[in-house]
This record gives sequence, C-alpha cells and structure tokens, in this order.
Amino acid sequence: MFDFLEGYDLLGAFWVTVQLTLLSAVGSLVWGTLLAAMRVGPVPLMRGFGTVYVNVVRNIPLTVIILFASLGLSQTLNINLGAQAFDTINFRLAVLGLVAYTSAFVCEAIRSGINTVPVGQAEAARALGLGFTQVLTLVVLPQAFRSVVGPLTNVLIALTKNTTVAAAIGVAEAALLMKKMIENEAELLLISAVFAFGFVCLTLPTGLILGWVGKKVAVKR
Amino acid sequence: MTEVSVAKEDVASSGDLVVLKSVNKHFGALHVLQDIDLTISRGEVVVVIGPSGSGKSTLCRTINRLETIDSGTITIDGRPLPHEGKELARLRADVGMVFQSFNLFAHKTVLENVTLGQVKVRRTDKKKAEERARALLDRVGVGAQADKYPAQLSGGQQQRVAIARALAMDPKVMLFDEPTSALDPEMINEVLEVMQQLARDGMTMIVVTHEMGFARSAANRVVFMADGRIVEQAVPEQFFSNPRSDRAKDFLSKILHH
Ligand SMILES: Nc1ncnc2c1ncn2[C@@H]1O[C@H](COP(=O)(O)OP(=O)(O)OP(=O)(O)O)[C@@H](O)[C@H]1O
Ligand SMILES: [Mg+2]
Repeated sequence: MFDFLEGYDLLGAFWVTVQLTLLSAVGSLVWGTLLAAMRVGPVPLMRGFGTVYVNVVRNIPLTVIILFASLGLSQTLNINLGAQAFDTINFRLAVLGLVAYTSAFVCEAIRSGINTVPVGQAEAARALGLGFTQVLTLVVLPQAFRSVVGPLTNVLIALTKNTTVAAAIGVAEAALLMKKMIENEAELLLISAVFAFGFVCLTLPTGLILGWVGKKVAVKR
Repeated sequence: MTEVSVAKEDVASSGDLVVLKSVNKHFGALHVLQDIDLTISRGEVVVVIGPSGSGKSTLCRTINRLETIDSGTITIDGRPLPHEGKELARLRADVGMVFQSFNLFAHKTVLENVTLGQVKVRRTDKKKAEERARALLDRVGVGAQADKYPAQLSGGQQQRVAIARALAMDPKVMLFDEPTSALDPEMINEVLEVMQQLARDGMTMIVVTHEMGFARSAANRVVFMADGRIVEQAVPEQFFSNPRSDRAKDFLSKILHH
C-alpha cells in the first residue's frame, strides 16, 4: 500500500523541516525578545523602530518575505549569507525569512507577557538600583516568558507549518518533496495523508510538552 | 573665617541626609506636590500622614526618583538626585524602599530576593551576599522561610522579607509607603516591631502610615500633608494632642474616632 514511498527520502525531507524549524525558532526567539525590549524601552528611536518593524512585517505574507530574501538579497544584491552552494544559500535565506517574519509574532507574545507582570515588580527592581537592562533581564522578562509559554507554543507550531513556504525557493523540505511526489505518483490522497501525519508528529508532541512546561514554570502570585 | 565655613559644611553633611527644596510635581493638571520643603536629619524617623490623595506616596516616590519632579531640588547626603543612568541607579541603591504591596520578585526565592541587589548592584560575591541575606532574614524573623517563594508566605512575612531586601543594600535612608495597609490586622504588629527595632538602631526612616501607635513610639517628627502641601509638622506628642491647623484637627478626629 505504501509502495509509492519507495525511492523518496521522506525522513531526509522532514529532517530539513525540523532543521528549518529549530534554527528559525531560536533566531526568532532572540530577535523577537530584542524587539520586545525595544518596544518597552525608554529610547524613542528604538520604540519607533520596533513598532514599525512589527506592524510592517506581520502584515506581509510570508511567501513574499521569503521570495524577497531570495530574489532581493541573494540574486539582486548578491548577499548569500556566507554560503557557496545553491542549496545552502536557499536554506539560509529561508531561515532568515522565517526569523524575520516569526519574530514579529514572538515580540507581540512577549510584550503581552510583559504586560502581565505587575508594575510593582519593575519598581521594586529599580528601587534596588538595577538599571533598565537588568530590570528587564532579571525581573521582568523571566516572569513574562513564564506567562506566555502557551502563546509562544502556538507561534512555534505555526512556524513549523510555515517552513513549507521555503519550498517556494527550492529548499528541499517536506512540502517540496510532497509536490514532487504528487507530480509523479498516483496515490494523491495517501500522499497528502502521509505528509499531514508527518507534520502532526512534529507539532503534537511540541504542544503537549510545552503545555506541561507552561504549567510547571507558571509564576504564583 | 575659613574655619567657620568648614564647620558649617561639616554640620550640613553630617546632619541633613534628605533635603527637599521647593519641590513641585504635577500629574497633568493636578498639582500633587506644591512647594514642598522638607529636611530629614541623619537618624531621624519621620512619619508622614494625611488624607488619601494628599500626595504622600508621590512624595516618597520622588525621593528615589520613581517619579520625576517638575521643579525644585532633592539632595541625598549632599548629592543632588541625578537624572538618568548609572548615577541614578547608584543613588537608588542608597535609598531603601518598602512598598504597600511588598513587591517581592515572584519568580525568585526569598533568599534570592535578598541577594539580587547585593550581587547585581553592589557586586558583592554570591557567598557573602547569601550570608548577609540569611543574617537579615533571621533579624526580621523569617530565616526559616529562606528557600520558599513569596507566594508561599503570609503578608506579614512577605513584608518583613521586603524590609530585609531593602536593608541588604545598606541604605542610608529607608522609605516606607504604608507598609502595613495591605496586611491583615494580626500581622500588622510583627511588621511594626521590625520597623521599631530599625528605628532604635538609628536608621533614618521616612514612613507613610496611619499607625498612630508607631508614630507615637518611634517617630521623632510627624509631617501632616493635605492637598499636596505640608500643612503642619511637630513632634508626635504635640501633633496628636494639640494639632494647630484645622485640616489636621479634622483629619485626626476622623481617624481617631472609628
Ligand atoms: N501615576 C499617576 N498618574 C496620575 N495621577 C496620579 C498618579 N499617581 C497618583 N496620582 C494622583 O495624585 C494624587 C496624589 O496621589 P498619592 O498616591 O501621592 O496620594 P496618597 O497621599 O499616597 O494617597 P493614599 O493615602 O490614598 O495612598 C492623587 O489624587 C492621585 O490620584
Ligand atoms: Mg499612597
């Protein structure tokens, strides 16, 4: 029944999906946190930048962002992110695009987490003589993160599925393989089912594990 | 001639710890602090009382610049309050603050609450900071709770931890903004006793409170505020038994007769 799978590197394709997801997740967590810090910070220029960034980026379709990375950065400006091989360039551009896009959502999730931290927490920290960055990194963000594990899980699951957009610039992840198989094989329904199952295998445990983590780290007040 | 002026400076630097000169502050159209002049000497315990909305909290908060002021000057130990950055942070470390709602760091243990400032601001090494933290926690009577989280403590215990957290910075002056107002009645005394001990040990304290017992027994001076102004100041005995202003008489009659 699953003969049609023969000759295709299904696991290899999903492994690329996993790599895209993990690298983009780490990148967007870092950049998204920095954006959130800018948006709550005291420097007007940074606040403005953060606000404009988030509102522009999250309103552009991901496909457009990834195509821009490929056509604009790589092919027009010759920015190839330190890679030579075509595959590596596209993989890195896809990660860049995914990070640029996902970080806008990470930023907003973290910002809503910051809003759940009572102002008294930051005031007590300032009263001790901690500077802005210390107040943020030692007191506010640790509490903010704990309250947004749920929303961040949703962002991560969306990111996992969004990696399929990388197929648009030829990254050999799961969706590209699926397209190839649909063109070559007859079992269309089964092929879709296999790939759907593959994604559920990635996202379902993510949701369950992080759901448990979220409960575990929740701050009691 | 020279000697005289040196002597004068000496008195100023050893005597007056917190000096506010014609301080004004607005919240929009609301003039919350109106030409406040207030001098607090080293070792002095000053109780600030007054009706709700008279600006007591705001006064406290301006002294470590959690609120900015519109005009006037505030100096602490002879140094004017810096505006921003490192200077300001250093000064804040010298001014301990205890809040009505405790504001212990919810994600840190009691011990970590008391070591955080020492390690991150004073750059004390971690082990020394923990020793000092444990000693202070013992002193305020919550040594056994060191490894718990704030949410696991009663209000009275949390407030005593908050006092220990402030003391850990070796502040020159401690500000208390209604430290017992959020507490159940049976816990008020345990906090007041810690404060009384602190006063006896010579700590300079500015305390916003309506606890008349504390004011009578621990304060050197009562400052009465109404509508953003200091209306009257006197030693506690005189203020409570023989207030001069009508505002103070009115206020006292309300809080003493219920
Ligand atoms: N952040 C703020 N923005 C606008 N108005 C404020 C702010 N904080 C305080 N106020 C107003 O300033 C006035 C003085 O407030 P403050 O908290 O200093 O009074 P208080 O004497 O401490 O009162 P209470 O006894 O109720 O604590 C009040 O009218 C209050 O509503
Ligand atoms: Mg108040």
